[in-house]
Amino acid sequence: MLLNQFLILAAAMFSLGVYGLLVRRNIVLILLSVELMLAAVNINLVAFEAVLRTPEAIGQVFTVFVITVAAAEVGIGLAIVLMIFRNRKSANVDELDLMRW
Amino acid sequence: MSFGDWISAPINWVFLVVGILVLLSSVKVVTAKNVVHAALFLVAALGGTAFLFLMLSAEFVAWALVLIYIGAVLVLFLFGIMITRAPTGRDVGLDSPNKLWPAALSGATFLLLAWASVDAFGSTEIADVGEATSTEVLGLALLGRFVIPFEVVSFVLLAALIGGITIARRDLSPLEEEQRGAV
Repeated sequence: MLLNQFLILAAAMFSLGVYGLLVRRNIVLILLSVELMLAAVNINLVAFEAVLRTPEAIGQVFTVFVITVAAAEVGIGLAIVLMIFRNRKSANVDELDLMRW
Repeated sequence: MSFGDWISAPINWVFLVVGILVLLSSVKVVTAKNVVHAALFLVAALGGTAFLFLMLSAEFVAWALVLIYIGAVLVLFLFGIMITRAPTGRDVGLDSPNKLWPAALSGATFLLLAWASVDAFGSTEIADVGEATSTEVLGLALLGRFVIPFEVVSFVLLAALIGGITIARRDLSPLEEEQRGAV
């Protein structure tokens, strides 16, 4: 196996996440795209770890951190979405112009 | 390494199948017209990612991904979709009408990243994936060298827990507060 096959797959996944982030209007779908980008980052970390073979498996340790932070991000993000929906009756980002002047 | 050499290794066939599955479901995540379908295609994409982790001998991380993402995060997403009553049927208003610039930007991102990785790691091979990284190694690293980041991350989780509860709970009006106190 080449290292590049994993890196290019992760790059494709990341750019699909960027596309979804910019195109989607619903906040929940935007968070889904962010998850896609984080998964791409995790593939990169694990692939580099498989090449470097550090004694403490640093790449995988950092993958664990990324997964944890992603879980926290989803929890907070969905709580905010819930609150916004309760106040504005909408989950579309282009209708949330409260802080725009 | 020529393409013929690459394609003759059976593990690369496995990679091709899983990689195409991951890519197709990622495309469906960002294009699906149905919100629930998008969430379920994310399950497929993350399942394929976990399989790639197994191929790269990262067993613990692969199962952690399955447990946390597919077990917990996706359930959270489905609840979020349900509660916000995001249009679950077909809906044309789900995407922004302007798709040209996002597509161009993400294409440019892909080309830049792919060029950078081909340029830097052109023929680096993943030599030996036989031995799986043992959970013992990971645990010792987490509680040894990386104990402070580990504590910080656990604090982040605690903060997220408290913040999530605080943000999402409904504050009672003074009148309701009084009624509840009377009961």
